Amino acid sequence: MGVEKGLQVPKVVIREDECKGCGLCIQACPENVLFVQKHFNRMGYHPAGYQGEGCIGCGFCFYQCPEPGAITVYKKGYVGEEVEA
Amino acid sequence: MAEKVLRKAESFYPLYERKGGAAPDVTHYCPGCGHGVLHKLIAEAIDDFGIRERTILISPVGCSVFAYYYFRVGNIQAPHGRAPAVATGIKRVYPESIVISYQGDGDLAAIGGNNILQAANRGEKISVFFVNNAIYGMTGGQMAPTTLIGQKTTTSPLGRRASNEGYPMRMSELIATLEAPIYVERVALTDAKNTTKVRRAVRKALKNQIENKGFSFVEVLSICPSGWKMEPTQAKEWLTQEMMRIFPLGVYKDRSDEIEEAGVQPTVFSAQDLQDSLNLPETDSASAKREPKTGVPEKYRNPRLKIAGFGGQGVLILGVGIAQAGMDDGYHVSWLPSYGPEMRGGTANCSVNLSSRIIGSPLVTQPTVLVAMNLPSLEKFEKDVAPGGLILTDSSLVDRAPSRTDIEHLGVPATKLADELGNTRVANLVMLGAYIAYTGVLDKDVVHSSLPRFIKRKALIDLNKQAIQKGMEFVSHQVKA
Ligand SMILES: Cc1ncc(C[n+]2csc(CCOP(=O)(O)OP(=O)(O)O)c2C)c(N)n1
Ligand code: SF4
Ligand code: SF4
Ligand code: SF4
Repeated sequence: MGVEKGLQVPKVVIREDECKGCGLCIQACPENVLFVQKHFNRMGYHPAGYQGEGCIGCGFCFYQCPEPGAITVYKKGYVGEEVEA
Repeated sequence: MAEKVLRKAESFYPLYERKGGAAPDVTHYCPGCGHGVLHKLIAEAIDDFGIRERTILISPVGCSVFAYYYFRVGNIQAPHGRAPAVATGIKRVYPESIVISYQGDGDLAAIGGNNILQAANRGEKISVFFVNNAIYGMTGGQMAPTTLIGQKTTTSPLGRRASNEGYPMRMSELIATLEAPIYVERVALTDAKNTTKVRRAVRKALKNQIENKGFSFVEVLSICPSGWKMEPTQAKEWLTQEMMRIFPLGVYKDRSDEIEEAGVQPTVFSAQDLQDSLNLPETDSASAKREPKTGVPEKYRNPRLKIAGFGGQGVLILGVGIAQAGMDDGYHVSWLPSYGPEMRGGTANCSVNLSSRIIGSPLVTQPTVLVAMNLPSLEKFEKDVAPGGLILTDSSLVDRAPSRTDIEHLGVPATKLADELGNTRVANLVMLGAYIAYTGVLDKDVVHSSLPRFIKRKALIDLNKQAIQKGMEFVSHQVKA
């Protein structure tokens, strides 16, 4: 099922396996909804995580992150493929 | 940013197959590295402008040497500092392409300093993205021309001193003094506000090229947490506090709006035009040029030659002569010289291919014919000769036969025969005569008509013909005997 009507609440998705734990997204987030996770990912980094709510879809984290595929930001009104968990 | 989603750009490969390894879905960059962010901004702009199919990115030497792992565009990796020269060549022969020269500060400001200045001064219609991280990242954090005064690097362990290493070079300011560039800006990958400016600058530099306006230069201050030995967040602080003081952000030049948007006349590469302008004979270069010459024993056909001797013995000319005559006779040919370290008295050699088919590589690693004009050449190359191959030695100088038994040997007293003509320097042409008489690979008439193309002094043509004759006669006596 895709998102058809337009996403109501913005959302950030972090692909942990592509994250190098640099922390730049966390530093940049104006809403402080990103944090360093305790576990290690496959590369041995502590990946960034999303608290699960509070993202306003500003995209600051996306433009700070050096990894092309690590962060996806879905803004309010997004229509398209289903948003990953 | 009308898009309602920010995600990996289409102009990146979904999987970095060229990188491979255990994690082919992430870049090789260190955590926090500015290169990755700039890559994202460039890839996003390429997507948005719809220019992926005609974009050619020149990767430098430096940490971004592997940019071609990631960008799903045309890619070329240039030698250190030479990206602007490579970009120039591509843009000129292919003006409808969008050519990006991506360079670090070691690459652009040190080894490639003159390259970038000349390209800027010529106003090449390219977009240059210059990553200034005040250090050589790839090689482990040595001082760069952009290193700050007092900054410690592995090659300035006590901090850079102006008295010894000079001052940090401000490339944007320098380039902005030139007449031709149309747009020069320095931006910084720090907070969201400044990153937005980087994004805008990247797009402007590409738009200028899409509109065929001129040379655009964007200097991007960027963190190198590994080289600076800092955490990424701390590195951002240092960039903001220290680097931006020495490298002020801003637009240093912008004539973009004064210049009319212009269309590009696409070049249509035409083999015919090339042939006409080089005045080449009509040939069908894609297919076999000629049938193997009849009457040449199988083992001598399509020879791969290594010709070696002292500098001054004319071994390079001998190679050129064989290649020239071969070309005039319809063969595919290649000639590749190799010079010894010493100018005089040293050794020189060249590799020559004559082939009825297209030649894949001009290198000759396993010659079918070795021409050894002196003993060191025989010693050096004898072992490389293909089994069943032919070794020609100048027997007036090489006093032994080859030690291998699986090859054929012909000793020709070339220097002595040349001496008889009153000029030892035509020993090379005596050898040419002997070679063609012995193998039948080329006809005398063809070589004679090719002579003026590789012997520049008209007065020597006759002497060279006599030398060829001497070599041929030697072989026919030899065979009769
Ligand atoms: C001709 C040549 N000289 C020197 C080197 C060694 N070398 C490799 S990368 C590099 C410096 C790269 O620094 P920079 O351009 O600042 O790029 P960064 O790695 O910081 O992104 C040097 C000197 C080389 N590869 N080739
Ligand atoms: S989009 Fe903005 S608010 Fe949402 S996580 Fe990223 S930085 Fe925070
Ligand atoms: S900026 Fe990217 S790589 Fe760095 S911690 Fe955040 S998601 Fe991970
Ligand atoms: S050494 Fe510096 S420039 Fe190179 S990848 Fe690491 S952080 Fe980036």
